[in-house]
Amino acid sequence: MKSLIHRQRKPADAFAAVILWVMAMAVSFVFVWIVFSIVAGGLSSISREFLTKPPEFSGRSGGISTVLVSTAVILMICLGAAVPLGIATALFLSEFTGNDEWFGRLVRRSLDVLAGVPSIVFGLFGSVFFCRVLGMGYSLIAGGLTLACMVLPIFIRSAEAGLRAVPEEYRSTAAALGISRRAVIFRLILPAAVPGLISGLILSLGRAAAETAALLYTSGYVDRMPESVFDSGRSLTVHIYDLAMNVPGGNSHAYGSALVLVVLLLIINGAATWIGEHGLRRRLIRS
Amino acid sequence: MDSSGDRWLLWVLRGSAVIAGGVTLLVILFLVAASVPAFQHLGVVRFFTDASWHPAEYAAEGTFNLWPMLVGSLLVTAGAVLIAAPLGVGAAVFCQYYAPGAVAATYRRAIELLAGIPSVVFGFWGLIVLVPMINQWHPPGQSLLAAVLILSLMILPTIAMISDASMAQLPDEYRFSAEALGLTRWATVRGVMLPAAAPGVLTGLILATGRAIGETLAVLMVCGNIVQIPTSAFEPVRTLTANIALEMAYAAGDHRASLFVTGLILTFIVVALVFIVEKINRRFSSLIP
Repeated sequence: MKSLIHRQRKPADAFAAVILWVMAMAVSFVFVWIVFSIVAGGLSSISREFLTKPPEFSGRSGGISTVLVSTAVILMICLGAAVPLGIATALFLSEFTGNDEWFGRLVRRSLDVLAGVPSIVFGLFGSVFFCRVLGMGYSLIAGGLTLACMVLPIFIRSAEAGLRAVPEEYRSTAAALGISRRAVIFRLILPAAVPGLISGLILSLGRAAAETAALLYTSGYVDRMPESVFDSGRSLTVHIYDLAMNVPGGNSHAYGSALVLVVLLLIINGAATWIGEHGLRRRLIRS
Repeated sequence: MDSSGDRWLLWVLRGSAVIAGGVTLLVILFLVAASVPAFQHLGVVRFFTDASWHPAEYAAEGTFNLWPMLVGSLLVTAGAVLIAAPLGVGAAVFCQYYAPGAVAATYRRAIELLAGIPSVVFGFWGLIVLVPMINQWHPPGQSLLAAVLILSLMILPTIAMISDASMAQLPDEYRFSAEALGLTRWATVRGVMLPAAAPGVLTGLILATGRAIGETLAVLMVCGNIVQIPTSAFEPVRTLTANIALEMAYAAGDHRASLFVTGLILTFIVVALVFIVEKINRRFSSLIP
């Protein structure tokens, strides 16, 4: 397709091409620069001890083991709440409402609004609703549930897309055979939509793992090993923030933590992309 | 057929949808409820007419002027969008019409990865690398400029990916017709492709604006956080989001309530942007991915 547009030697044309190439190189350069700084700064502090020992002296020395545990717990709580609720809502939106039904439209519209709410505002909401009104205090569970509210619209959107990608013949054939809706959903539609659901889940996981602002005033700063979900615990992102802003001499471990976080997110996002493409290809081949 | 089971399932799913949709209502409800004391004790006008931002637990003891921080948020956002818009749309045009296949694929992947870098890492990089550089050029380094640059990097992928997707959707005939008319590549892009993809590009720009105005950590870490209306790009500023993150730790009473008012203002701005996007989408639904 591209060859159909001839290269013509007019000054404006050449000028535009040069500008576009320069802009692309500039953006790529900055991207490589950021990645290089994080890797170069972080590698020296990464070691087995860094991953397996708790932080000492506010994180200046020691490791990040307790921080990793808190992060994992927060993320599990987040997905544990968002995924079942999200799948059920997505099923309702894709299987039981047409586009025109007012209730489905209302739910979709409010999820669109929720998707736009800034993350610090989720933090405000969580600090009132989960920490105060529900009495959870600064805790892993309050942080995890706040994140669940935040990722809910993202997860529902991609789960719904996954469900809608299941061929319509599945439903009509099953209906013709007189199979109950329940059986159709659990035996046919959900299994067929698994790749879409998983890529939505991983997308939400990546978004939650990258979040800081919503956690500052919900799960808090405590860097000890949490003993239950009602203890406060700091996530990896909050750890980086605290080391960089509040701990003089914390930069080397902030670099190390940033490298761990970026590698973690690379794996998560890479998996989402891979599953998205893989699942899509399977569907295309089938049809 | 088990219709009672089906009915039971439908009610469970409907209930879930009510809860999921209800979260939005809950968020807004609690924001408003927590803001009420501020409106009762301060009103609306004082947020713009007080002498300064020196908040206190009781409305009578402090001053509550949010204006410099609103200006800070708007300046940071406007600057970031001004820088990221040409780079982002340029990236999309580059990948669609200029770059060889392998280069375009690599560049797309780089932009996707850029989108995956968390805001706290952007902030940290800005603090460690960018701020010292600006400091050498023109102290103090933590400044409006640093915030604008970091934020523009963060919103660039949003603009680039949405513009790219909407250009990819344009029918091939557009290109064929432009070709038949003997237009150059740049004339085709500027005269045909960009106008045709405009609704999609605009959607990307508005979503990026929403993202920018709501961003907290990356901006907080590099902007200096001094409450003032800056007279140059090298002066520190404080944004509405940063103000919440900085002061929630110790705020009480009317001070705390006024932070919730800030959250309410931010939410209204972003929700308004979301509705504008929806309007655009509805009008040009055939042209947007």
